[in-house]
Amino acid sequence: MNTLIVLSGLAVIILLLEIFNFRKGIIPLTVLGLGGAIAATLCPETFVKTELYNMVHLSPISKWFSILFIILTMGIVIMGHDFYKDRITKLSDFISLKIFVLIGAVCMIAFEHFVMFFIGLEILSITLYVLAASNTEKIKSNEAGMKYFLMGSFASGFVLFGIALVYGATKSFYIESIAEFSLIPNVPLWLPIGFAMIVIGMLFKIAAFPFHFWAPDVYQGAPLLTTTTMSTLAKVAAIASLFKISAAMQGIMPDMYTQLIYILIICTMFVGNIVALKQTNIKRLLAYSGISHAGFMMYTLLSIETSANELLYYTIAYATAGIAAFAVVIYATVNKEEELILHFRGLGKRSPLMALILSLALLSMAGIPILSGFFAKFFLFKTALSNGYVGLVIFGVINSIISIYYYFKVILNMYTFKDNEHQNIEVSSSVVYPVIAILFIAINIVIGMYPSLILNLA
Amino acid sequence: MNISLLLLIYLVGAIATFASGKNNARTVAIVISFIGAIFWLVFYGQIQSATVLTESYTWIDSLNIKLSFLVDGLSYNMLGLCALLLPIILLTTNQQQFKNAHILYSLVLFMTFAMCGTFMAIDGFLYYIFWELALIPIFFIGLLWGNDEFRIRKKTMITFFIYTFAGSLFMLIAFVYLYAKVGSFNWNVLKSAALSVREANWIYLAFFLAYAIKIPVFPFHTWQANTYEKSPAIGTMLLSGIMLKMGLYSILRWQLPLTQGVEKSIVNTIVVLCIIGVIYASLIALRQNHIKRLLAYSSMAHVGLIAAGAYTNSFDGTQGAIIQMLAHGFVVVGLFYIAEIIHSRYQTYLISEMGGIRQQATKFSSFFLILVFASVGLPGTFSFIGEFTLLYSLYDMNIWYAIFGGTTIILGAYYMLKMFQHSMLGNVNENTFTDINTKEFVLLTVLVVVIIGLGFYPNPVYKIISLTPIL
Repeated sequence: MNTLIVLSGLAVIILLLEIFNFRKGIIPLTVLGLGGAIAATLCPETFVKTELYNMVHLSPISKWFSILFIILTMGIVIMGHDFYKDRITKLSDFISLKIFVLIGAVCMIAFEHFVMFFIGLEILSITLYVLAASNTEKIKSNEAGMKYFLMGSFASGFVLFGIALVYGATKSFYIESIAEFSLIPNVPLWLPIGFAMIVIGMLFKIAAFPFHFWAPDVYQGAPLLTTTTMSTLAKVAAIASLFKISAAMQGIMPDMYTQLIYILIICTMFVGNIVALKQTNIKRLLAYSGISHAGFMMYTLLSIETSANELLYYTIAYATAGIAAFAVVIYATVNKEEELILHFRGLGKRSPLMALILSLALLSMAGIPILSGFFAKFFLFKTALSNGYVGLVIFGVINSIISIYYYFKVILNMYTFKDNEHQNIEVSSSVVYPVIAILFIAINIVIGMYPSLILNLA
Repeated sequence: MNISLLLLIYLVGAIATFASGKNNARTVAIVISFIGAIFWLVFYGQIQSATVLTESYTWIDSLNIKLSFLVDGLSYNMLGLCALLLPIILLTTNQQQFKNAHILYSLVLFMTFAMCGTFMAIDGFLYYIFWELALIPIFFIGLLWGNDEFRIRKKTMITFFIYTFAGSLFMLIAFVYLYAKVGSFNWNVLKSAALSVREANWIYLAFFLAYAIKIPVFPFHTWQANTYEKSPAIGTMLLSGIMLKMGLYSILRWQLPLTQGVEKSIVNTIVVLCIIGVIYASLIALRQNHIKRLLAYSSMAHVGLIAAGAYTNSFDGTQGAIIQMLAHGFVVVGLFYIAEIIHSRYQTYLISEMGGIRQQATKFSSFFLILVFASVGLPGTFSFIGEFTLLYSLYDMNIWYAIFGGTTIILGAYYMLKMFQHSMLGNVNENTFTDINTKEFVLLTVLVVVIIGLGFYPNPVYKIISLTPIL
């Protein structure tokens, strides 16, 4: 609750700053406020859980997820300092929208009451629709916003309908009482149906097969910083809340549900990875790689009791690598119409540090030890094997192998160039992107070396 | 003093080399490599009194993963191969040879760090990490400093990387499966896991896939010749001299002890595959005109025999495998160095463009001939002891295995001598070939002395091997 209050206050203040003509202070103040939000999350809850204050509650694991969201937002907001340089008059709007995304994400993980969850989901989604279309001069950005809005609102409709059915069956919006109710034998048929509809909506949000079609187009069209937000913060928030809902509902799902998730995981991984092989645009490539990672994250849905920490670890590994990678992408593609992989040719010579960081980030996503992406996959495989899903692990491994190819395609591109070609690359002169990239890749490496840091958290 | 400090020497060395800048990198790297070699020698006495050196530090508590190291006779030999070959390999390069030398040499030291870690780690998870870490430096060494056009090289190196990585992921599955059963990655605990025959078979095969690609065993060898050809000499030496041995070492250390319940028929199949590889590689080597490719296939034939011997899982097989791993390491590094010397004079690797070098460079061709003989396994060289023991172990298993495995010596003599004849003998070459200089002379002498010295007096090696508890 504290976290949400701090964040909401912050978002409104940032909006108001524009009026007072205090643009310079926006970013520092936001970072400060987000730091305050972390502190508020870590402090014990001021509001005791009573009849009135029970719609939001931070369990230990959702506390750490919230902190992850806040840290990711911090990185994104700091990058905004230079990213929105040309459109400085709108800075307060952009930054406060980013904070609203964060508020939505925190609601989605901290909810106790399904209305809170839906409000969170909508705050997150609507803000993202706006952000996706925010580059109004570009037709692609408009297209992305429109597409995302049409398909996203459809998915939200599914979620809402699902919630209604669940309420119809259980007479409650509270996730705890729904979980209790679902343990009773002979639940009404529409309870599992409602749950399935919520799952469909959430699968859309995390861009899992067969609801993944929007992702590449929207990622490509949206401004880069919005793509960063969507592929890290939004995806992580969606999978975390799907995990939380699944935990409450696992009692009622028929056996077929497990098989269905099993098949969806395999399809999601394969579709993401195989289509990624042929991409020439780095945003689309990262979109498809994100789809395959959604498949990996869904492993945890098959072992809900034990996997919360593993999901947290995977999301941290994925999101930190994602932000570092996008920081380099923004850095290297300033003033370009499109973000082609070809544009990275010679980056290894032009700015070796950034090329190294992008390499490390991609290697982490590919799952090379000792980067944290490897451990993340390792923990998933470990749990899957001890639950007897040998086939799933083998498919996961095959997909890791496929993914190496396209990650390496980008890496090799950076180190390939003809003589002097590298001098033509235009890179950003800003120091913000390198700093953020270094920071997030450092987090990635540190938790790779000491996985206990995360695994012992909650 | 702990032997795991050796790892620290190489790791810190890698960073120091990188920091020392382009001009000093080579010197710093060589100094570090000598420190490593001396450090290794210091432990010769200690390992004989203690037999096994173990260390353990906490790492990931919640999963019961530890930084545990164990050095017994087998590991000590392998570490020796690493520590002693590294200075030689580094010295074969020239001061001004490479662009961005500081990156290259620090990658080499980092790779040595990872390889030594592989030979020492006794926690399966740690072992896996070192195993994978060794792959990344060699990928970049081959990619950035290799021969031929970048585009072609890129294709070769990425095939190599994906191929090897794919294999080792199956090993990871095997490890994780065992871990899920016993709750620890420690070698001793994994070894005591009660496996059904079916489980043992699958785990055996998963391990085999990883090691067969690394070694390489027929039919998983397709990456090898291309990678050797495209890598720079220093990379080829590291790959063939040390990195291949990671696979052979792992068979002895991990695969065989952890899967004792495996069916005999699978073992037989794999031994037969190894022997097919021996003959197949020898036949291909006969047809090669590119000297590095020829050496690659000859190397594949030799390691195929080592793998066959190791897979017999007998006392002689293991002992022969360890000896032959060392012998092959020294011989193959010598031969690739020879190829590199020729290349530095003639700018070619094609045997058809050589010929008639002996009359211009007698010292050089004498060394070449000794190394050729050592490779063939002539009595009096270290390889002879190894090959003989290996063939003996195959004979114990099935006489036909020994007969077919033995063809490696006959065919080996044929293609190696043919190569020598075409490159060194014949009419005097029109291009002048300056005989070897002092540095080359010293390095080749060291290699030859090791090969022949241990051939006549292999006792020190036997003494260490006898300290291996798994024997």
